[in-house]
Amino acid sequence: MHRALTLTRRRIVSSIPVLLIVIVGTFLLLEAAPGDAVDAYLLSLGGGDAGLVAELRQSYGLDQSLLKRLTLYVGALLRFDLGWSVTFDRPVLDLIAERLPNTLWLMGAATALAFSLGSFLGIVAGARPGSLTDRALSTGSLALYAVPSFWLGLVLVLVFAVDLRWFPTAGIETIASGKTGLARVADIAWHLVLPVSALGFIYLALFLRMMRTGMTEAWRQDFVLFARAKGLARRRIVLRHVARNALLPLVTMLGLQAAAMLGGSVVVESVFAIPGFGRLAHEAVSGRDAPLLTGIIIVSAMLVIVVNLLVDIAYAALDPRVGSGEAAS
Amino acid sequence: MNRVAGRLLHSPEGVAGLCLLVLLAAMALAAPLLFPGDPLVIVGRPLTAPFTDPTLPLGTDRLGRDVAAGLMHGAQTSLLVGLATALVALAAGALVGTVAGLAGGLVDEVLMRVVDAFQIVPGFLLALAFVSVTGASLPVIIFAIALGAWTGPARLVRAEVLSIRERDYVAAARVIGMHPAEIALREVLPNALPPVLALTAVIVATAVLVEAALSFLGLGDPNVVTWGSMIAEGRNVLRTAPHLSIVPGLGLVATVLGVYLLGEGLADAMAGREARG
Repeated sequence: MHRALTLTRRRIVSSIPVLLIVIVGTFLLLEAAPGDAVDAYLLSLGGGDAGLVAELRQSYGLDQSLLKRLTLYVGALLRFDLGWSVTFDRPVLDLIAERLPNTLWLMGAATALAFSLGSFLGIVAGARPGSLTDRALSTGSLALYAVPSFWLGLVLVLVFAVDLRWFPTAGIETIASGKTGLARVADIAWHLVLPVSALGFIYLALFLRMMRTGMTEAWRQDFVLFARAKGLARRRIVLRHVARNALLPLVTMLGLQAAAMLGGSVVVESVFAIPGFGRLAHEAVSGRDAPLLTGIIIVSAMLVIVVNLLVDIAYAALDPRVGSGEAAS
Repeated sequence: MNRVAGRLLHSPEGVAGLCLLVLLAAMALAAPLLFPGDPLVIVGRPLTAPFTDPTLPLGTDRLGRDVAAGLMHGAQTSLLVGLATALVALAAGALVGTVAGLAGGLVDEVLMRVVDAFQIVPGFLLALAFVSVTGASLPVIIFAIALGAWTGPARLVRAEVLSIRERDYVAAARVIGMHPAEIALREVLPNALPPVLALTAVIVATAVLVEAALSFLGLGDPNVVTWGSMIAEGRNVLRTAPHLSIVPGLGLVATVLGVYLLGEGLADAMAGREARG
């Protein structure tokens, strides 16, 4: 427990300057966009007179200098205020808090699918490196990894929603179904099957290949030779000795692919019309909503930091060789 | 070099990847010859079915544009974006990694924090934001995708430079009074680059997929045919003409798979392995 706390503290401290770079960078990037939030708002209104424009600019603080606005923004961030979304006319934080859970469910389920199925198939492939099964699984997973997630989503919709009618084509739950409790959970799960598959099957390859490589290396280790010399059953060697040692690096992979999966959720949520965080990003871009987009990027960076921290804690708990803090940050 | 090529041609992965990519490159190069003119113009009746009109072998899309021409020109866009992004990302990464590794101290610290910052922002979101700010055109898209791809090379080059700068030949170059910039360019960088080239395949593949996703969301260059925008177009008639979305997607899979297979074959060949296993 003490180790986890030390790790957490050190990670948070070292994340602050990095996060600050993200905040300033994002702010400056979106400041460089032609037109500001007021222009976008007026466009949605269909125009307005000069007096209104000046008034709006003042109320959003857009008449201030760049540096002044940046300090105001960072100051507001410290009070958990991410600004005001122009397209939705609501606080950015509220929007993100409303959309994020859907995406976390989607990503969590996709990660679970990719990790469990990927490591299982990786064990099958790595049990006999170089065998026909191994080569078929390795190449097959590479082909899967080459598939664009949005296209896989469309193909899944075509087969399982349009032709077979097993799953709904889009949405997160049946609209106005009046379902509550467990029935609603089941409904949401049913809606998430296809999007989770579209996102998860692609990352499956990553875990499969990593597991397989790790196992191929573990086979050459002395302790495996010893286990074989002892006359242990092959199945036992594969599971208890080879696979177990290859499993640990996969935990690190969980953290590494978090950022990629968050990006992937943007397209998958757009394909399946899931009101999540990723689709919010797309909506922010379409609506030229700079405050919203800035908020989304900052929150996603924080999310990646948190996921990686959790992965590090899990890693330290799983591998006693990881010291309480001597390891590099 | 010849031995590497020989081993590459003996690995099934390498040969398969090479074949796929040669085929796609041929498609891309032949596109302006076989289908001269703008592939975005309307040439026939909307939604002509494939194999019904000999002048339009693969039929037309919802707006009456030639699908075959789109596919060929789309190969051009995908390959161009993939290669150009890798070039930009590797150059930027090599520059930052070399400077950080050689300068050390505060410069190194600051540069590596910037690398960290770029790594915790999902590359796709970064590209999305950048394109939305500057407006979509092919160079902008290439730069936007490279923004999320240069950090890997930067880290790797820095690590290489840190080990190389302690070697005797660098010390010797310093002793004979070579300018630090010359040492960086002539002694350190050429030796730091080879391991980094192994990242090329992943960068090219990711770039092709990111570009496709951007186009799919309607954020690609509107004046260029891309497979992503063809998939998005076909999506409107997914039930009646699914091939309009499926075929360009197969093109993407073939490209990315080709790049991965070739990358894997090359890595094995350079490591001196005949075949994996």
